Amino acid sequence: MADIISEYEDKLPAKIIGDIKNSIPKGISDSKLKKIMEAVYGEYKTAKVHPGESVGLIAAESIGEPGTQMTLNTFHFAGVAEMNVTLGLPRIIEILDGRKELDNPMMEIYLKKPYASGKKIEDLRHLALQIRETKLKDISTEFTISIADFTIEVKLDREKMKEIDVTTGKVVDSISKQLKGYNIRDNRESLILKARSKEDSFNESYKTKEKIKEITIKGIKGVKQVLPVKREEEFVIITAGSNLADVLQLEEVDAYRTTTNNIFEIEQVLGIEAARQAIVNEIFKVIESQGLNVDVRHIMLVADTMCVSGTLKGITRYGVVSEKSSVLARASFETPIKHIINAALVGEVDNLNSVVENVMINQPVPIGTGLPSLAVKLQKAAKEK
Amino acid sequence: MKKQKFKVDKHILTPKHLKLGEREKAQLLEKYNVTSKELPKILKIDAAIKELDVKPGDIVKIVRKSQTAGDAVFYRVVADV
Repeated sequence: MADIISEYEDKLPAKIIGDIKNSIPKGISDSKLKKIMEAVYGEYKTAKVHPGESVGLIAAESIGEPGTQMTLNTFHFAGVAEMNVTLGLPRIIEILDGRKELDNPMMEIYLKKPYASGKKIEDLRHLALQIRETKLKDISTEFTISIADFTIEVKLDREKMKEIDVTTGKVVDSISKQLKGYNIRDNRESLILKARSKEDSFNESYKTKEKIKEITIKGIKGVKQVLPVKREEEFVIITAGSNLADVLQLEEVDAYRTTTNNIFEIEQVLGIEAARQAIVNEIFKVIESQGLNVDVRHIMLVADTMCVSGTLKGITRYGVVSEKSSVLARASFETPIKHIINAALVGEVDNLNSVVENVMINQPVPIGTGLPSLAVKLQKAAKEK
Repeated sequence: MKKQKFKVDKHILTPKHLKLGEREKAQLLEKYNVTSKELPKILKIDAAIKELDVKPGDIVKIVRKSQTAGDAVFYRVVADV
């Protein structure tokens, strides 16, 4: 029995073979199994996409048509804290354009055992605070510049420091790490910063004052908000702001399930294949949340196209479209004059291998029945005679 | 905060990446009747193949977990940056 099934392993997808294995009755005779496999294989062959089918066009229609029914707004996240999520059409456009800066970057941080169960709420809260970025301006009440000697005085808020569990020493440490050329003195009430170089001006001090406000004292850079949420049986931390590379380093985090909605970041940290999977997941999530129904295969095709070149390319005139070999195809998308002029300047040749350019010059397009043509290997044919 | 070591290939989003040997490579190109230049690319510095010890021109076999087909096999050729 096993060898009859294994015969089809190359011909059928693994999932179909698994389905057959699960549904055939025990002790089935070899001849019947053979018949079943043949019938399944026949069905599978008829379900396959034909060579020359314009799958891209079908994918575009299949995603575009339900797209007209999607919301055009950004919604607030249901929860205690105010958090925005981009949904519907704006989000789809954001993904397909391959944007590096998202409107609402978010992470879903899964946690390891003792934290995920949520039994020790105190620990979970503590961890969440460790992840959220705290800037110097969040734990200080006042920044002043002394005009007499150009020193900057930072008054610290003791209560807030206690809340997030940092000491003055730590604050001094992180400032001196991120700001070079300044001496820091701690006089209980506040921190006094003085430039080491003697040529100092009010302007310079003012610039530094603005700069130190943004210094990260604690937490992960870029994470603006944290929100622990119960999902099924475990607690997950959802964040506004994303920094995947740094979060995955944390010991308490289940790094292998933690993700972000910033696909560009996924490409950097996890590679191009992970980015492709993330595109599929993110688009599918949006379409599903809007109550629409689009086959994943269309989305997979788009995701594949965006990732063919090894780096993430959006479907814009700078991304996927700029990779097209045909001048006319590029010109038909956006900024036609620019493309035609540039092509004329360098003497580009258009081989008319694809669809758009052939439509333009009124020729049969190489899809469907227009694709096949006769080919004879002349040399080989002559030799055989 | 303590730090942990992170292995890219264990993440749920990353499929398995395998390097093809010279013979398998020839068989693959023969089977699909393509040259290695026509295959989709993967950058040499890609995070997922850092530990595979590949050079430009090698072919990487990728076994994706697919929603529709179970396991789906995909090939990428390693490209210079």
